[in-house]
Order: sequence, then C-alpha cells, then structure tokens
Amino acid sequence: MKTSDKQPAAQQPYKSWKELPHVPVSYPQLGSIGATGEWRTFKPEINAEACNKCGMCYLYCPDGVISYKEGTLPEIDYMFCKGCGICASICPKKAIEMVKEKE
Amino acid sequence: MMKTEQEKENILIMSGNYAAAWGAKCSNVNVISAYPITPQTTVVEKLSDFVDNKELDAKYIRVESEHSVMAALVGSSMTGARSFSATSGQGLLYMAEMLHWVSSSRLPIVTTIASRGIAPPWNIWADYTDILSIRDCGWIIQFASTHQEIFDSILMAYKIAENPEVSLPYFVVYSGFSQSHTSKPVSIPEQQRINKFLPILPEDGWGHLNLNPDKPVTFGNLVMPEQEYLDFRFMIHDSMVKSKKNIHDTINLFNQSFGRDYGGLVEKYMCDDAEVILISYGGLAEQSKDAVDKLRDQGNKVGLFKLRYIRPFPNEELIELFNSGIKVIGVVDQGTAFGNPTGGPISTEVMSLLNHTKNRIDVLPCIWGIGGRNVSVDDQIGLFEKLLYIKNNNEYPTDETCQHGTVWMGLKTGI
Ligand code: SF4
Ligand code: SF4
Repeated sequence: MKTSDKQPAAQQPYKSWKELPHVPVSYPQLGSIGATGEWRTFKPEINAEACNKCGMCYLYCPDGVISYKEGTLPEIDYMFCKGCGICASICPKKAIEMVKEKE
Repeated sequence: MMKTEQEKENILIMSGNYAAAWGAKCSNVNVISAYPITPQTTVVEKLSDFVDNKELDAKYIRVESEHSVMAALVGSSMTGARSFSATSGQGLLYMAEMLHWVSSSRLPIVTTIASRGIAPPWNIWADYTDILSIRDCGWIIQFASTHQEIFDSILMAYKIAENPEVSLPYFVVYSGFSQSHTSKPVSIPEQQRINKFLPILPEDGWGHLNLNPDKPVTFGNLVMPEQEYLDFRFMIHDSMVKSKKNIHDTINLFNQSFGRDYGGLVEKYMCDDAEVILISYGGLAEQSKDAVDKLRDQGNKVGLFKLRYIRPFPNEELIELFNSGIKVIGVVDQGTAFGNPTGGPISTEVMSLLNHTKNRIDVLPCIWGIGGRNVSVDDQIGLFEKLLYIKNNNEYPTDETCQHGTVWMGLKTGI
C-alpha cells in the first residue's frame, strides 16, 4: 500500500461523540509515534554470508521493519527497528548479531 | 388462527438445548465455536452434528477453553461472519474478558446460556448467577422462558444485534436442566420464511469494523485519557438504551411474520387491576402464572410482571407500573449478588427506580430457586401471601426466612 492510498488517521480531536464511529480504528501510516529506532540499545546486523535467505526474521519481526523477497537478503529499516532481538534469536543460521549501539 | 399451506410449521419434540441448536441452524450461522460444559453441551453437540451432516454450512472451531471460544468468535465476527456460541456457569465466567472485547468491538455475536449455579460447591442446576454476574459487560440479555421462545429468540437476536444502530452482542438465557434437558414441542417455520425475516449479511463485513487482509487496520488501539475513551464507553450505553425501540420493532415484526405473541421488554400477566405484583424473570416466572390464577380464583388482586430483558433494563415499563396505583411488589431473583443492598441483583435494580414515583410502594425482595432448589406453585403462593400480608397489615413478615430484608425462600431454619 502506498502512503498516498492510506486513509488519514484521526489527527484532530473529535468535537462530539455524535461524530464518532462505533469503534476506533487506525489505518496504516508510517511511524505514527515517531522514529522508534531511537529506543534501540542493541542493533541487529545481518551477516550476508551466513544468511540462507529463509525469511524467518521477516516473519517474526514484531514491528514489521524487515523487508524480504524470496531468495534475497532481508533488509532492516533501522529508523523503526527497536532492537528487540527476536530476529536474532529466531534465525536458524545464527546470522544476525546484536551489536551494542554507541552513545 | 388458521395457517395457510405455506405458513405451516414443522412441529418437533426437542429439548431446550436442541431448540437453541435449531435456532442457530435456522439463523444460517457461518461460524460456531464452543467448549463443552454441562448443562449446555448438547447445544453444541447438536450443532456439530448439523455441520458434520452438511445440514448446516458453517465452520465449527474447536478450542481448548471458553476464553478461546469468544476470542475465536471475535475474529470470525470481525470478518462479518454470523457467529454463535453457547455456554453455562463457570464457562461463562471464564469468557468474561472476551465478552468485553466483543461488546466494545460492537460485534453482533449471539450466545445462548443454559444457566447453572456457580462452584464451589459444584452445582449444575438452574441458577442465573452466571449471567447476572456479567450483566454489565455490554451484551443485550434476554430470558427465554419456554422452548419455543429459545428457538424464536435466536432468530430475533441476530436481527436486533446486527442492526447497525444497535451493533451489540446478544445473550439468550434459559435455565439449566429445567429448560435445557426437558423436552417440549417446538414449531419450526419454513426456512424460506425465516430467510426473509433474517437480516442480510453485508458483503464487506460490518460497517465499523471489517477484518480484511487486503485493507489492513489496527483496532482496539490505545486511546489516551483526553482522547475518546470515555465517549466510546458512553456510546455503548447509549446504543443499549436506544436498542429498546429496535427490540420492540423486531418483536412486532416477528409476531406478525410467524403468528406469535411475544411481549416487549416485559410481559404483564393480570396486572391491570392488581394491587400486589410479583416481578420476576426466567423459567420460574412462567410458573408464577399458575400461582396468580389460583390466588385470583380466591378473589386476590395479584399479578405477574415478567422481565423478558434485563439489558437494556425496562425502566419505562417499571416506572409506569409504579405509577399505576400498585401497593406492594415482590421482586424475585434466581441468583445472588453477595453484599449488595438486597442480596439479589435485579431486586436492587428494580428498587433503584422507585425514586421515579411519588407513590408509596412496599417492596419485598426475594431469592428463590438457587442451585436448582425446587420452587413449587405452592411456594410461589406462599410468597404472594407474604406480599398480601404486607398490604393488609402494613408490616413486613418476620419469619426466619426473611434475612436482612430479603426472603430467602427455602432457607433451612430448623422448623
Ligand atoms: S531487532 Fe526486533 S525490531 Fe529489530 S529487526 Fe529484529 S525483530 Fe525487528
Ligand atoms: S532468519 Fe537468518 S537466515 Fe533466515 S533470512 Fe533472516 S537472517 Fe537470513
């Protein structure tokens, strides 16, 4: 989905309950609460030689910040990777190393 | 009333539980999820038969607990599938968290409850404490006091719940064993006529929420204190109160379509000139009609005011009753609310409306039939006699079954 296709999230507060839908819903939007990558203490780094391009890291990343196409090396978007390390622990080839961020 | 050939109904002898299963089948439900629990189990056994025999084209999802049952149905209902479950007692309590997910997601799931006592000590017999203890979770709650009413109510439930203005889940409640496991004739209209009555499922799911992988959304998000959390809560209450109109309209349409005569939120029996009235609900309220008949034969002006719904609560009907010149009312609960003003949840709620009348009305709360304890017509007459005593002597009875202002019918007092 392209950014332009997305319906806007409610940025403006509603004035009256009468304008509200039955439930609140959020549409996909890039980083609606900012660059969460700043929260990171450890950075996942993929070792391209060890990686067998299975895509497990892509499936398991809870933030959906790994892009992957079958047979290609996955790519991590560090703007939003929070450094949880799930990709590293799930990687069957131990191809992801968690490296401490510098000050 | 003579029925035309096309209006003829198929009369089958079946248990209350099978009436619930037939109600779900004839409502063309798309998804069923359930976990067995006595005395509900035969509802979902029958439904799994229907699915297995291809008599019902539905997905039957087996899970490991009632909590997962309702979680599964949250998912199915979010895709716009008509979803059904049935449970009882402990199972309903275990579901409690997900019940809020359903109502706060405004999903029109229908669930039947074969009510039973809560453990410990174990008890599987008629007692509405299960449903009464989750009465404030945003589900419409309707009691069905006959087998026919169980079947019919499920058809009406989907029509009410799926109305976009209502968009609330719906419980149809009846008593364990005395209704779930007894057999009576149930009249099943032709499916074509039922299909005409049922709402049409929207192709794209419910307007407010539609789970569709091609159009991803997040729902159930975090809403900050100064955002609209309070407002969404108000809207659930608002829709519940306003659903009364839709309930009335749906019952009227059903009565017309199928030649039934269901009341609205309440059913009044011999109330017009009555001075003493019993307010109750569920299967035992049906039996109260016999007690009223017997007392009427002896010249007593008594009546029965049966609550068919407790959510939404029939405020207007009760206030009208309070302003009708009534002198004494008894309010009976078949369930407990430990430590509340009366010990019974519904008697407390009924009494909370007394400030809407200037009339002086004496009220005697009562708790009966707990854990399936037998309540005979004579027992019911005994309660009416207590109410008549209040009217004639202007004082409350003081026998040992009257504890903390409430009659605990059948309390063992050693006499
Ligand atoms: S560290 Fe966590 S957030 Fe970052 S890419 Fe791995 S799984 Fe995703
Ligand atoms: S899980 Fe490991 S081996 Fe598989 S694609 Fe990701 S980095 Fe490569």
